[in-house]
Amino acid sequence: MIELDNVSYGHNGSALFSQLNLKLAPGSFQFLTGPSGAGKTTLLRLCYADLRAQRGKVRVFGQDISTLDRDGVAMSRRRIGVVHQDCQFLDHLSVAENIALPLTVAGRISEAAANLKELLSWVGLAKQSGRFPPELSGGERQRAALARAVIMSPDVIIADEPTGNVDWEMSQRLLALLVELNRMGKTVLIATHDLTMIRSLKSDVDARVLRLKDGQLTVAGAVL
Amino acid sequence: MTALLELIMGDPQADRVVPPTGITAKLTIFVSAVMAMLAVIALALSLSTGRVADRWADELSQAATLRLPADPESASAHLLKALEILETTPGVASARALSSEEQQELLAPWFGDDLLLDTMPIPQLIEIVADDAPYDPEGLRARLAAEIPGAVLDEHDSWREPLLAAAKRVRFIGWAVILLIGASVAAMITLAAQASLSANAQVIRVLRLVGARDVYIARAFVQRYTLRSGLGAIAGVVLGLIVLQVLPDSGGFFSEIGFVGFGWVWPLIIPLLAAVVGFFATRSAAFARLKEQT
Ligand SMILES: Nc1ncnc2c1ncn2[C@@H]1O[C@H](COP(=O)(O)OP(=O)(O)OP(=O)(O)O)[C@@H](O)[C@H]1O
Ligand SMILES: [Mg+2]
Repeated sequence: MIELDNVSYGHNGSALFSQLNLKLAPGSFQFLTGPSGAGKTTLLRLCYADLRAQRGKVRVFGQDISTLDRDGVAMSRRRIGVVHQDCQFLDHLSVAENIALPLTVAGRISEAAANLKELLSWVGLAKQSGRFPPELSGGERQRAALARAVIMSPDVIIADEPTGNVDWEMSQRLLALLVELNRMGKTVLIATHDLTMIRSLKSDVDARVLRLKDGQLTVAGAVL
Repeated sequence: MTALLELIMGDPQADRVVPPTGITAKLTIFVSAVMAMLAVIALALSLSTGRVADRWADELSQAATLRLPADPESASAHLLKALEILETTPGVASARALSSEEQQELLAPWFGDDLLLDTMPIPQLIEIVADDAPYDPEGLRARLAAEIPGAVLDEHDSWREPLLAAAKRVRFIGWAVILLIGASVAAMITLAAQASLSANAQVIRVLRLVGARDVYIARAFVQRYTLRSGLGAIAGVVLGLIVLQVLPDSGGFFSEIGFVGFGWVWPLIIPLLAAVVGFFATRSAAFARLKEQT
């Protein structure tokens, strides 16, 4: 699905990581952990072409991202649902409109009505659907972001700290949603430093845990 | 072409995803209106000048004057001969000798009313009006030279040419002004669109992240500015036509200013042209800006 092949990247000339390899197999479930500032967000942004690899190749759905034109990038982003660490809403649109935005820009807004209601209650935002993003709590924003990430029924779901601002119960619920999506065949990649959360999930899903530290990506084994 | 259609029509939702911009919108409409008004006035001036100059030049080009030598001995013989030649020249509609009263009137501004023409030799003038298929002036000159030495055929070229040249220049200036107005509209819309693209940088980023194509985002801006420049221009054209109506109607050139016949097409297509300018200016500004985004 998504493949990083000897990828190097650094902000403003300083190398953050080099010769990184990562392969997201279809239907796999992976956690990306690592200390704050290790480059988790940077790595995820490389996956949805928000950043371009400075060396090496990033392949998305079999296509080298560097060969895609701008429309090609847009098209592959429609197949990747992303929960951004900073959510990225349009503040002048209601929560419901924000969640439906990927369908709107794809010209498929007519499909929104059916999904939207179900999705809103799924993430517990039915009451807040008419409000505007700045009026939401941090946890509500993250749930709305997750709803927006999945509304297109994407093949891949990338979530950057999706449970950073929610309580334990809510985070369990959100993760359960992601596990459910994974069982439906979606590929899931979650960046988090919450190890207890990963442990709590170990029994439910066959997840791989990757650790990014000092520019190295390693597979964490039993040492959680 | 399909991309073009997609860009103009598209779905109305595209407009909603970019927040409305208050003051830029009003300023764009205002400037577009003012520019359209100026364009209407410049057009009216340019077209009217052309029309009036054409008519004058036409009238002059149909008329010529034949001047016979001022020789009292042979004057009447020459006059008869000249009229005979003119009558037999194809392309001459009429030839008429000016009476001595008429000639005196022509000279009065220079010599006063009390000049007695009979006491001094004055060249006899014959007024010639050409047919629509005019005579050949060189052939006529040759015949006259053979029969009446000293006769001069004046085709009024010395009047006509500077008049035509002046009219041409006024028309040229008119069109140049209209082009400059068009360029100013393009520049103004580009600036306004760029300001609004900058103000919406975060919105554009979010739209790109959720998979919007460049045309979709550009359309939101293009639709707005095309509409604004077009609507502003409609208001401006109406204002311009009102201004032309209230010009002093004192006869002469002023009452000529305006549109006639096919000329009316121009003020009607000004809003269309403004919209086209708005469309392309915004479009290129939008795509240039979008290229800087991931
Ligand atoms: N746009 C940027 N320009 C310059 N430096 C950046 C930029 N984005 C991130 N960095 C730097 O790159 C490093 C990695 O940042 P990144 O956001 O990928 O870390 P992270 O692992 O996601 O951290 P966290 O767990 O806190 O979210 C940090 O040192 C950060 O300061
Ligand atoms: Mg991060």
